[in-house]
Amino acid sequence: MTTLDERSATSVSSAGAATGEGGQELRSRTDISQKALMREAGAVLRMSESAAAALADVAGDVGEDQSMIINMGPQHPSTHGVLRLMLELQGETVLRCKPVIGYLHTGMEKTGESLTYMQGGTNVTRMDYLSPLNNELVFSMATEKLLGIEGDIPERAHWMRMLLSELNRMSSHLLFMATNGMDLGAVSMMLYGWREREEVLRFFQKVTGLRMNHNFIRPGGLAADLPAGWRDDVLHLLDMLPDRLAEYEVLMTGQPIWRERLQGVGVITQSEAIALAATGPILRSTGVAWDLRKDLPYLKYREVEFDVVVGAHGDAYDRYAIRLQEIRESMRIVRQILDRMPSGDYRIQNKKVTPPPRGRIDESMEALIHHFKIFTEGFKVPEGEVYVAIESPRGEIGCYIASDGSSVPYRMHVRAPSFVNVQCLPHMMRGGLVADAVAVISSIDPVLGEVDR
Amino acid sequence: MIESLGQRVVFVAKSDYLPTITRLYGEGFTMCVDLTAVDYLLHERRTVPAEVAPQRFEVVVNLLSIANRERVRVRLQVADAETVPSLFDVHPSTEAMEREVFDMFGIVFDGHPDLTRILMPEDWDGHPLRKDYSQGRIPVQFKGAAS
Repeated sequence: MTTLDERSATSVSSAGAATGEGGQELRSRTDISQKALMREAGAVLRMSESAAAALADVAGDVGEDQSMIINMGPQHPSTHGVLRLMLELQGETVLRCKPVIGYLHTGMEKTGESLTYMQGGTNVTRMDYLSPLNNELVFSMATEKLLGIEGDIPERAHWMRMLLSELNRMSSHLLFMATNGMDLGAVSMMLYGWREREEVLRFFQKVTGLRMNHNFIRPGGLAADLPAGWRDDVLHLLDMLPDRLAEYEVLMTGQPIWRERLQGVGVITQSEAIALAATGPILRSTGVAWDLRKDLPYLKYREVEFDVVVGAHGDAYDRYAIRLQEIRESMRIVRQILDRMPSGDYRIQNKKVTPPPRGRIDESMEALIHHFKIFTEGFKVPEGEVYVAIESPRGEIGCYIASDGSSVPYRMHVRAPSFVNVQCLPHMMRGGLVADAVAVISSIDPVLGEVDR
Repeated sequence: MIESLGQRVVFVAKSDYLPTITRLYGEGFTMCVDLTAVDYLLHERRTVPAEVAPQRFEVVVNLLSIANRERVRVRLQVADAETVPSLFDVHPSTEAMEREVFDMFGIVFDGHPDLTRILMPEDWDGHPLRKDYSQGRIPVQFKGAAS
């Protein structure tokens, strides 16, 4: 009994300190120097003097007693998971903001060091759970580059990967439409967005067996061929979506309330976006036509026609409009893929990385041994290190693998677009209204599984 | 400047680290897309150019030039308990990335405005991505949970 009492006594006394995140939290204005404040405020960003002075106007002249620090999240429904923002408010104006992350950290990069290259896909696919196929793709491409087989991947595998990647972009952006609508009070949009995304996921389920976390794109190709009738399913999607997207336009784009709520909110300039390494729709909303599919092409993106959608104002409305239009561009790419999908192998016929076909296992002992070895030990990857990046719906997703020549990565790092993009929040929120904070978070479209990994 | 699997890689000495990044910034590499580290404790005999003395840690910086559409990777050898200059003043995007490397590897960045843990809880012991931090051998730390 005594031990129990002691334990509960210590846990109560330390509870106050233990629930805080200490130095990770937003510090009060009196605790930090003016220089640190300016640095935090973004004076170090390469912005014009007048812009920096304007920033100082917001934050500089406020005494400690005129502002207050409040928490938004980590359980706030509009923070897309467990993002916690500490906001310093003066009335309704946001002076400073600091994202506190890590609530969903599960050590996936550490886990990746104990999974073979064959198993690694199951790990990375869970990072950005809204575009799992892009995660698998970048991991597979990095592994293939280390193996030196990226030139031998069959044509059909490239086109299948592109098909899945583009459909995934559509499903991810459709979910953005839903959550963005929900965050801003357009509840019917939430239902519409989820409904359309479900149609895409139904296709994924038919192809991969799972709605999410597919582990379908693997080093060397894909896990299986497309099922019979896939073409009709894709055509069904392509026929259904344009009308639905037109509905979105009526519901949101044309609405004065929707425009009022988003235009001029969460503005970020071109130089800020580049300095903060923002990628994807955030960078494109500032007018930089940067899309890895176009600028550093991978797979067969060189051979398909599509436009890179850019904005001009860098605000939340541009980011919404870009994503809506990117769904259409993805559909355009998917149509071309349908026309050009070649026949042939869906994975490389390299005995080193590809398990033998199921039928062979029953008749050949070597095939059985080979199958067993590849699924228990995995395949060895030559020593080296490589960084491969592709365009995920949220921006540049990169995979850095250092190999020591064994069958597990020595180090596997994923450059998560959301992790970097969340850094833009303090700059987008400065001087805005607290009510707009929700719109700004939503326009970043962060996936916390990827932020925290 | 060497090639690694078709990608440009630059090895720098610590004194050259910040000047090289600044020079590359001037050459158009205006975006620092990624900064991470590797703990080579269990793989010391890795392949590095002859003039580079391998150390336990390596900080890896991936730079991107939007104008020229090219990437370059900067690799810096860091010994145990050695500090690294922060890139924050050249590339503000490294704010969270350097915090992550500090959190996961314990590498200290000089001049970083707010070097605190970012993913792990504030009172966590150790740095999880170090190779001597084994999986499954450290008891789970619960914070102030009623037991």
